[in-house]
Amino acid sequence: MSIEQFKNRNVSDDYFLVDIEDYPTDGWGKFKRVVKRTFQGELFVGLWVVLREMIKFDIHTVQYPKEKMPIGPRYRAVHEMKRLWESGTERCIGCGLCEKICISDCIRMETRIDENSRKEVSEYSINLGRCIFCGYCAEVCPELAITHGGRYENASEQRAHFVMYEDMLTPIDMLKAGQQQEFDGFGAITPHEDERVKKTPLAY
Amino acid sequence: MSSITINIDGREIQTQEGEFILNAARANDIFIPAICYLTRCSPTLACRICLVEADGKQVYACNAKAKDGMNITTSTENIEAERRAIMEVYDVNHPLQCGVCDQSGECELQNYTLEIGVDSQSYAIKDVEREVKDWGHIHYDPALCIVCERCVTVCKDMIGDNSLKTVARGSDAIDNEYKESMPKDAYAMWNKLNKSVIGLTSGAEMLDCTSCGECAAVCPVGALVDTDFMYKSNAWELKQVPATCGHCSAGCQITYDVKHTSIENSEDKIYRVMNEWNYVSLCGAGRYGFDYDNKVQAKDEVAFTNAIAAFKKADTVAFTSTITNEEAFILQSLKEKFGYKLVNPEAKAFQTFLNDYSEVSGTSLYGSDLHEAHAADFIVSVGTALKSDNPNARYAFNNSMSMNKGAGLYFHPLKDPIIDGMGKSVLSISHAPLAEEAVLYLLLDLFADKSKLPASVVEYIASFHSEKTITVEETIKEKVVEIVKVKKVNEETGEEEEVEEEKTSMVPKKISKEVQVDENRLLEIVDAPKNFTESLEKFLAKKESFSLIVGPDLYTHPRAKNLARLVALLEKYSAFKLVMIPSLTNTLGVSLICDLDETRGNYTIGYNTKGDFTLSALGDGDLDMPAINQQEGTLTSIDKRVNPTNAAVAYKGYELNDIANALGLDAKLTIDYTSKLPTCKGFKSEHFDNLPNRYENDGTEVRGYCLDTITKDLLSEVAVESILEPKLEGSIIYLVNPVRQFSEFTNISANLKEESGIYMSESYLKSSGFNEGDIVKVKTQNGELSAKIICDNKIEGEIATLPTFDSNLNSQALFSGYRFSTATIQGV
Repeated sequence: MSIEQFKNRNVSDDYFLVDIEDYPTDGWGKFKRVVKRTFQGELFVGLWVVLREMIKFDIHTVQYPKEKMPIGPRYRAVHEMKRLWESGTERCIGCGLCEKICISDCIRMETRIDENSRKEVSEYSINLGRCIFCGYCAEVCPELAITHGGRYENASEQRAHFVMYEDMLTPIDMLKAGQQQEFDGFGAITPHEDERVKKTPLAY
Repeated sequence: MSSITINIDGREIQTQEGEFILNAARANDIFIPAICYLTRCSPTLACRICLVEADGKQVYACNAKAKDGMNITTSTENIEAERRAIMEVYDVNHPLQCGVCDQSGECELQNYTLEIGVDSQSYAIKDVEREVKDWGHIHYDPALCIVCERCVTVCKDMIGDNSLKTVARGSDAIDNEYKESMPKDAYAMWNKLNKSVIGLTSGAEMLDCTSCGECAAVCPVGALVDTDFMYKSNAWELKQVPATCGHCSAGCQITYDVKHTSIENSEDKIYRVMNEWNYVSLCGAGRYGFDYDNKVQAKDEVAFTNAIAAFKKADTVAFTSTITNEEAFILQSLKEKFGYKLVNPEAKAFQTFLNDYSEVSGTSLYGSDLHEAHAADFIVSVGTALKSDNPNARYAFNNSMSMNKGAGLYFHPLKDPIIDGMGKSVLSISHAPLAEEAVLYLLLDLFADKSKLPASVVEYIASFHSEKTITVEETIKEKVVEIVKVKKVNEETGEEEEVEEEKTSMVPKKISKEVQVDENRLLEIVDAPKNFTESLEKFLAKKESFSLIVGPDLYTHPRAKNLARLVALLEKYSAFKLVMIPSLTNTLGVSLICDLDETRGNYTIGYNTKGDFTLSALGDGDLDMPAINQQEGTLTSIDKRVNPTNAAVAYKGYELNDIANALGLDAKLTIDYTSKLPTCKGFKSEHFDNLPNRYENDGTEVRGYCLDTITKDLLSEVAVESILEPKLEGSIIYLVNPVRQFSEFTNISANLKEESGIYMSESYLKSSGFNEGDIVKVKTQNGELSAKIICDNKIEGEIATLPTFDSNLNSQALFSGYRFSTATIQGV
């Protein structure tokens, strides 16, 4: 691939400079500008636009917070931890890949061996004070366990409150109601994956 | 061995005649994939991936020896196909659980699958159920196992426990069609792999071995893991701190793998200990006993002020040898400045022994090291419970048996099933305590060049010999001719008929003969078995390099001086190369650096030992000190090497250097003293930061530096004494630790969890009438103590052992120096 195109750093072809009057520098000039702006009636221009649009009854404003726009699947807000559909158990296997890939080093986990000799995640924490919401953790997760959610309304006394592990985890009743959202962002399975994989032979 | 030149992939390289191609390549940074081969062990030929082409013929690099002018290609089209097929086979039915596997990130199956570029699978076989096994401190998951047999190999060839073997897997046969379609070596490798998994040699449920954990360390996949470490941390999260093990005098190179303690606590904690298993093998204490750091949260200023006051008042500093060279140097400097007596009985004994040895040998240090013992083919061990005193010396002993077709003599009163388990080429002679002198005379008699030995010694040895006439029964073979009838088919008629034939056969016949034989009374004194002479003759066939390992029993022997001289004579006038086992971690360093005194004065500062004011790294003293895994410094090992060690975990209290500074010495850091260690004793003026700590690809040890051996003045006349022949009567106790225990530091390790008490072998327990768990009173002329009876199946015979690792037991008080003593053992 040629890298010539990257060497052209002249971006002015389709751009133009906005014609802006020079700022006044002396006291007299500044005084003239104040007088001009005061008596030009710019205020009424704005008021007129509001009035005009009000009478038209064709309003595009979303009535937030009563109304909310849908969020794209690739939006990266506060993390969510998913459960397995069949058993309801946590998907996270404690492989530590999110911890490793995290470029702001904000994920930490503790693992141990549980009663059934399986690896269990005993503690999981994301330091949202450091998180830059890059999405690498969700992309690298082999189990689609950690994903980004769409919850962008965050208000609390502490950032730490957003990432209580229990809060991130899909509530079991939501799962049973079939309301767990699958993640479609980076790291999710792409469509037609089955057709592209060469299958391993099985002797059964 | 001579130097030869071979050509690998167009590169001319120098190597030794008879070296394996793989090792030659590795030493020259040429990569040949290999999974099952372990340096220092015999080739297993399980993985077959190290295929190379030597002079146009396919050979396995791990067991093909290099010949002069050999032309080697590491990769051809056919070899690549084999390797790819082998890796595919390894991946057949391998569970896709890298996400939770402990080996993930340092897994050789992962690495080679990626290296060879396996992106699809061509083979399949029905899997069989392979149950996960909990073997105690080791966890085995046969589903992950690729049966490279490295664990079996290391346990047999290096450790000498022979605890693991391959057992039947019980799976279906491989599809016949593969025999035709698959590359040949891959098919053969699969055929073997498909038949076996790893099992315990004993057939028991639990592993009963010396618990070194080397099998888990060498496992290329996550099949064998340490139960304690399981699922605790991923490999890539751990930071490796290069260090030297602080438990015994072997001074093994290890790395402490550290990581933050928990999410809340970001202070480093040691999660495991790793080693370069191709070049150094650890024991259980080194591998698992890493949690002995002194957890001090802050500087205790009051205690520090008290310590300074105590130092001003004191006239004695008593200490143990679990300190660094630098600390020993600080103590010596304090002695020079304030005239303290330095008391360390165990190092003093070694120092005296070494000095007595020097007077005869003319060298300040013994001549050999454990590397030479590994390479030897005839080893003799005297005066040491090898597996407890220095596990690495035991590995060297075993390694020489298995790799060099070696043979060995193990002289020790305490019978040891581990030594006996090393094979038929080891003869253990369980002599009476105090007979070590006779053993050394016997060795002089058998091996020394009598023309060079001092005349008095030769004469003395000769006094043990006498001529004796005995009647021997000999079996000779006699030729007997007999006529037998045989049925034969007549070739002409085709019918069967009886024919008479003459048959000669050799028939054994016993005859009695009278012969004159030489009788050696020394053999009788050391209780040598009857077949000793014949066995020795067999052992000595084709032997070239001899190694002698002597241990701590000799240093505290009532006739230590004479023993030191005999050892020196043996080294000087026989083919034996000598290694002495220093009794504790840094006994050699301490005995070189410090001028030690015999007895304590009125007011004693104790360092890691009880005193009027106690400094302790164990957390139980008046002022805390850092443990060896918390400080920088150097330790002097059995190999006469000054090895650097680094601090693995933080220590927030005061250290000896702070006290020394307060008393008027001046050094910012303890390691400022590294370059000041006495050069007249063989140390070098090297700064700590310049000391390397690594192994090269060819196995060269690049760690610290080796001590210089200083030439000493010879005694004008070597006088040796005659054998002391009083015997210890009654029950005998022996001061030795169980395997995996060395000192109070291994005792406080939560991972090792050894119970202290009086250890008895199974047979002794039976004959004594005691039961395991009984509390008994052990009484000697020096004192008495109560201890719990513990059955130890790692010893045999009728000697009970007392450990030193538990200071609460205070077992040393029962002994007057020498490690054996008579005692009465009574039930309470």
